[in-house]
Amino acid sequence: MAESILEIDNVSRVFVQNKSRVIALDRVSLNVKRGEFITLIGPSGCGKSTLLKIIAGLDTQHKGNVRLEGEEIARPGIDKGFIFQEPRLFPWLTVEKNIAGDLSLRRPEIRERVAELIELVRLKGFEKAYPKELSGGMAQRVAIARALLRSPKVLLLDEPFGALDAFTRSHMQEVLLEIWEKNRTTMIFVTHDIDEAIFLANRVVILKPRPGSIRGIVPIDLPYPRKKASGSFQELRVKILSEFEKVDEPEPESNFVI
Amino acid sequence: MESNAGTLSRPLSEAGRADAGANIRDVWKEKGGTLAAGLLLPAIVIAVWQTAGSLGWISPRFLPDPYTILLTFRDLAATGELGADLGISLQRAAIGFLLGGSLGLLLGLLNGFSKLLDELVDPTLQMIRLVPHLAVSPLIILWLGFGETSKVVMIALGAFFPLYLNTHLGIRLVDRKLLEVSQVLDFPRRKVLSRLVLPAALPNILLGLRLSLAVSWLGLVVAELIGSQSGIGFLIHMGKQDGVPAYIFVGVILFAVVGKLVDSFVRLLERQLLKWSDSYTG
Amino acid sequence: MQGPAQETGAPNRGPGFTAEALSRLAGRKTLLGALIPVLLLIVWQFASSKGWIDDILYPAPTTIASAFYDLVSSGTLWDNLRISLARAAAGFVLGGTAGLALGVLVGLSRRSEKVLNPSVQMIRMIPHLALVPLFVLWFGIGETSKVLIIAKGAFFPLYINAFIGIRNADNKLFEVAKVLEYSRWTTIRMLVLPSAMPNMILGTRVSLGLAWLGLVVAELMGATSGLGYLMSDARQFSQTPIVFVGIVLFAAIGKLADTGVQAVERRLLNWQDSFKGQ
Repeated sequence: MAESILEIDNVSRVFVQNKSRVIALDRVSLNVKRGEFITLIGPSGCGKSTLLKIIAGLDTQHKGNVRLEGEEIARPGIDKGFIFQEPRLFPWLTVEKNIAGDLSLRRPEIRERVAELIELVRLKGFEKAYPKELSGGMAQRVAIARALLRSPKVLLLDEPFGALDAFTRSHMQEVLLEIWEKNRTTMIFVTHDIDEAIFLANRVVILKPRPGSIRGIVPIDLPYPRKKASGSFQELRVKILSEFEKVDEPEPESNFVI
Repeated sequence: MESNAGTLSRPLSEAGRADAGANIRDVWKEKGGTLAAGLLLPAIVIAVWQTAGSLGWISPRFLPDPYTILLTFRDLAATGELGADLGISLQRAAIGFLLGGSLGLLLGLLNGFSKLLDELVDPTLQMIRLVPHLAVSPLIILWLGFGETSKVVMIALGAFFPLYLNTHLGIRLVDRKLLEVSQVLDFPRRKVLSRLVLPAALPNILLGLRLSLAVSWLGLVVAELIGSQSGIGFLIHMGKQDGVPAYIFVGVILFAVVGKLVDSFVRLLERQLLKWSDSYTG
Repeated sequence: MQGPAQETGAPNRGPGFTAEALSRLAGRKTLLGALIPVLLLIVWQFASSKGWIDDILYPAPTTIASAFYDLVSSGTLWDNLRISLARAAAGFVLGGTAGLALGVLVGLSRRSEKVLNPSVQMIRMIPHLALVPLFVLWFGIGETSKVLIIAKGAFFPLYINAFIGIRNADNKLFEVAKVLEYSRWTTIRMLVLPSAMPNMILGTRVSLGLAWLGLVVAELMGATSGLGYLMSDARQFSQTPIVFVGIVLFAAIGKLADTGVQAVERRLLNWQDSFKGQ
């Protein structure tokens, strides 16, 4: 599990709006190892979502390149599973049809795989339910299953639990770790919640805004499952927080969840 | 009709204002292109039509060519016939519209404000609405004959409902939260009406107005075609009787053009009056 | 059961039995709503039986009912109704499918929108009922011109609703289709069309209504059979009760068809979040 699956090489992204230029990302470089769980954390405007979209191939107007297993990423695809902040399920399809997507449930191998995934995301019994009958957390689980069906090389998650309440969020974090433990897909998870970042990741990548760049990378060596109340957890949290307080110029309010 | 679905064209404002000069040229090019594309089909149709007509491929009894129609327009205008017919038709439509429309507006307001009145009157009106208003024309002719009154009544009947329904809806939809604010601020009843309810209901009322006008015009068309001695409908009828199909075309074109003009006028009015609304959809 | 009895102003007078029984049958809303029509019917019937109003011009409800009965038993009603329904159906299917197909095409392709839409809008501006004389000139008094008028009426609502429904497809779902690499055809089949369904059903309802209206007028303006003919013939011979029967039938069938489509809608759109729908 030591080789790099994803190489982010000097990526810069500038947004031009009317007369102003915003440097969303400034020469960001990062190597992600196969099977790793990485969280990207930072205040709003630090470019974390932009970086994720670039990795996904949803944004191609950047300088520098991103390589997945050696090949440059030029467009979105099933090899880069993407989980949005909203579940974005197709309201007129049942859970199992949403997961199957453009693959036909008439094929037994697809049916099997869909059933496996429904079990994996703990939604057994809900195969024929419609999205309107699902809670936010359940719908996100369907979205995750949908992405995993295509056996992506990396799974990109853009603040997927941001819209959920604290209890559901905790539960979903556990479910996500379970899923990760079972199939070891490389995960890149964007969040602004420090606790979430520490709870989930092998390494926490801290980004700072204006211009967006990597401030530091904190490896998390704690064994899973982690206890948010434990001493070592809290120490890491202080450590990461202090990375943010280490600023030379005053920063405006961030939307940090502490 | 333009909307935000997943297609590739972006609004021009996103393209960056780096080069303002080139941008204006682009805008004109794009608009010109759109206009040209839209005119393509009609232009082809008219060209083919005229050619076929001039070459005698189609019988002038069935399909007079565009040029003949144009000449007929000119002749009718010259004799004053066109003006007279147009005037009468507009007059009828206007009276019918004012009659039915204002009644619809009034009832819509009353029923919108008074729950009791609404419960008494609305169901009856809904039942009447089930009848296609044009289906009532034989009855109206039976009762009122073929004269002006029956025509105006038919038009009024059609004009009534869109304004009634939309005014009613508009008032009922006035945001509860805004009403609560006015209560907290202790507005006198009349002020609540004029400052809050009516402006809030205005988009719906204007929609009702537009629909009412359209239906009035439609009602006029039918009323005149069923039986009249004057007006555009009569012109069309004459065309049929005397075997001058060009009259029919002139009449149909007139109907279409006036209908469109009135509609555009009200849309313009809407845009002006509703500049403050951010959820207004055309 | 205090409420209704009190509202009708009979709190302590006698048993108030009728009011209570009535209120158990139907809510206050239905009662109030039925008040005016019922009163009207009663007054009308009464006035007619007393000879206060001319029975020829304003036939009593009972006269109308018996006229209805006669028409049904003589088979005349069904003969004409059958023809009217067939015409309306033909026109609706013709115009409706054309409108749907064109609307979908124009919705999917911006290029075809630019070329076709302006022309459609221009044709829409011509009140389709004004085209009756033109069609009669070209196609005679027969079935063709009627069906075409109805078709033109049914065309537009389905066209515009298909168009809008397709354009309103959620951008966010398009992004999902991109990351999941759905082919263009799959995207249309799984995303665009189902998402346009609510609009298309609305379009169907409106189209049906306009087709029915178109039938009414097409028949009133020149027909030798059908419900409209029945009515205009009755008018000519001052057989007012038959005119009334025709009016009621037109309304009833129109309403029935609409209710039918609404039932289909409920089944097809059972996935809709009830909080959005109506």
